[in-house]
Amino acid sequence: MARKEIIALLLAGGQGSRLGVLTKHIAKPAVPFGGKYRIIDFTLSNCINSNIDTVGVLTQYQPLKLHSHIGIGKPWDLDRRNGGVTILTPYQRKEKGEWYSGTADAVLQNISYVEELSPKYVIILSGDHVYKMNYYEMLDFHKKKNADATISVIEVPYEEASRYGIMNVTENGKIYEFEEKPEHPKSNLASMGIYIFNWDILKKYLLKDHENPNSEHDFGKNVIPAMLNDGRNLYAYKFVGYWRDVGTIQAYWESNMNLTDRIPEFNLFDPYWRIYTPNPVYPAHFIGETGKVEKSIVAEGCIIYGTIRNSVIFPGVTVQEGTVIQDSIVMSDTFIGTNTEINCSIIGENSVIGNDVRCGVGEFAENRFNPKIYNTNITVIGSNTVIPNGTIIGRNVVIDNYIKPQDFTSNVIPSGGYLIKEGG
Amino acid sequence: MKRAMGIILTGGKNNRLKELSMERSIAAVPFGGKYRAIDFTLSNMVNSGIVNVGVMTQYSIRSLIDHLGSGKEWDLDRKNEGLRIFPPYLSELGTGWYRGSADAIYNNLTFLERSDEEFVVIANGYAIYNMDYGPMLEQHVDKDADITIACRALDDLTENDRKTLGLVEIDDDGRIVEFKEKPLNPAGRYGSMGIYIMKRKFLIELLQDSAAKGYTDLVMDIIIRSLNTLRVYAYIFNGYWRPLNSIQLYYRANMDLLDPKIRRELLMDRRKIYTKVKDEAPAKYNEEASVKNSIVADGCIIEGTVKNSILSRGVRVMKGVHIRNSIILQGSSIGEGARLNYCILDKGVTITAGKTLNGDQEWPLIVGKNITV
Repeated sequence: MARKEIIALLLAGGQGSRLGVLTKHIAKPAVPFGGKYRIIDFTLSNCINSNIDTVGVLTQYQPLKLHSHIGIGKPWDLDRRNGGVTILTPYQRKEKGEWYSGTADAVLQNISYVEELSPKYVIILSGDHVYKMNYYEMLDFHKKKNADATISVIEVPYEEASRYGIMNVTENGKIYEFEEKPEHPKSNLASMGIYIFNWDILKKYLLKDHENPNSEHDFGKNVIPAMLNDGRNLYAYKFVGYWRDVGTIQAYWESNMNLTDRIPEFNLFDPYWRIYTPNPVYPAHFIGETGKVEKSIVAEGCIIYGTIRNSVIFPGVTVQEGTVIQDSIVMSDTFIGTNTEINCSIIGENSVIGNDVRCGVGEFAENRFNPKIYNTNITVIGSNTVIPNGTIIGRNVVIDNYIKPQDFTSNVIPSGGYLIKEGG
Repeated sequence: MKRAMGIILTGGKNNRLKELSMERSIAAVPFGGKYRAIDFTLSNMVNSGIVNVGVMTQYSIRSLIDHLGSGKEWDLDRKNEGLRIFPPYLSELGTGWYRGSADAIYNNLTFLERSDEEFVVIANGYAIYNMDYGPMLEQHVDKDADITIACRALDDLTENDRKTLGLVEIDDDGRIVEFKEKPLNPAGRYGSMGIYIMKRKFLIELLQDSAAKGYTDLVMDIIIRSLNTLRVYAYIFNGYWRPLNSIQLYYRANMDLLDPKIRRELLMDRRKIYTKVKDEAPAKYNEEASVKNSIVADGCIIEGTVKNSILSRGVRVMKGVHIRNSIILQGSSIGEGARLNYCILDKGVTITAGKTLNGDQEWPLIVGKNITV
């Protein structure tokens, strides 16, 4: 087997708990995005578009959807004899089985996967972000700087810098200090969670970190600081372009809405940087005589008899006559009845919204279920949920996945309300 | 239905579809926003459980071969069986171009001999329909027929349409007693759909015998000549079916997709129609877009007005454009203020700003591939 110069390890095990019901049954990288994709598609497509054909995907939290989505990697041309995509889940060992306890631990537990391929470089990626990036350019930078590790960074506004891991660098890009969420940031270069390491060096640090009982086994918190302490050559690679951590309901919604702009900052139509995903088997979509679509994106298999404005509509959605959908995201195969009004909402896959429903109406009110997660004007309805005819749903409401009409005790859920199944 | 193998005939050289079939086999003509004609027959075979399929090709096959690839979209990239494409070839015996449908199959007799299914389903690859061949095979066995031909009442087709078909007369038992290929005076209620079932071994014998006699065409030379000697039965299919035998049929079959009932039967059925996947982004509508009663594929960007039309993948409709009653194929671009009515634009056509093109319902205006107007 030809030795690979670089392989990718894609960390896809995170829950993304701030996405609430959207990630209750699926991992964050599997959350649908942009009218036909799932979040992990962007990173996987970056890999193949950057000519990286060996990708280990590390999964842990609710991996079922993620595994079936990735399959053998066909949509990304990653079904290879030599390399390709490999799903790496935590596994039972002789002594004991262990969950991945941190990002560095996840990689440590898969040392044998990397060793077998014995690449010179390893790029660590996360499946949580929406962006297009040529990793080979970053590798060229890494080689040119003769670095032990290179961390991709992006400039963020100073006032937001204290939310990120910040790199303090010298003029030529060498990192001399890393601060996790600093109160008084000295720079505005935020880590994107993308690292290139020389494998032999990383391996050493992973093994050392493993022995440290005080470590959280995290790249940002432990491995990088340890390397800096030892005076290793760490460089910051500045990325310029669209990059979003769609980790909150608001960020997720906004990032989807960005796609409906006349010339979106994040362009899905670039023929030289295609985003790949398993294509559902659907005919082209149909807009009926009474249909009206403005400033929106609509995927295949949809049947639209209503009005869609400023929204993102996934494959196989039906919108009946007299219905108006505004500023919303509707995921695959959801059916929306007649004379319904949907405003500023996110609606999960395979749900049914009845006739004469009003959703996302009224004034903002603090969410009574979890104001830390649900704290915007956006109402979230989970997947496989049925909303009965005539229901009125306010703003900032959350309705769980798999809710059926009998779960409703009233046909009005005021702003800030919720309908969550036990254990939610 | 692993009892049957499939053979798809893709037609000889003809200009039935004018510019659309000049550079591509008629089976590779784009249809319905994202399909090509052959997707229907090929998906029908797969959905009927036929997994050993040979495609006989001859004329302008590049786009067809490109489209079919390894057959993976139809789940036909198999270790055993799967999809095979048979272009004409030269050998010691000097065959070269196929001289007809029977000749094409005869030249690839090895394919038939090496297969082990009991029956063969032969179908042309340029008709639009969604059909399960299973019941047809059952009837074939029940009637103990030598050959069963799928037929259909032609009440919903025009006289001109019928002139392009083979018309049959059927007796009370369902046996075909007369078969007229492309008659000038199309009388009779039923037409052949160009779908035949027979035993594989019987077909081999039939072809060997015909080749010895110099026969080359399955219908003209073999079936019509043997109506008296063989048990040739009709299987009546009642679903939607349109052969793409003329521009009028092509245009109307595309427009038929705007009818929810037909669209559901053809495309939203449990038996799905598969096609080669293009990784396009979902269609994007800007503020000025106004689209009514139309089909829009992925990858389109729309800023104009579209009515009663079909937009294939990656079509750009700029501001102020009015498109009505038209079929726009992949990757075409309609410049600001242009107006199209009853037009068919082939792939990659550019209509410059302000142009007006008008066709007629019976004779839509066709603009050939990659042309700039």
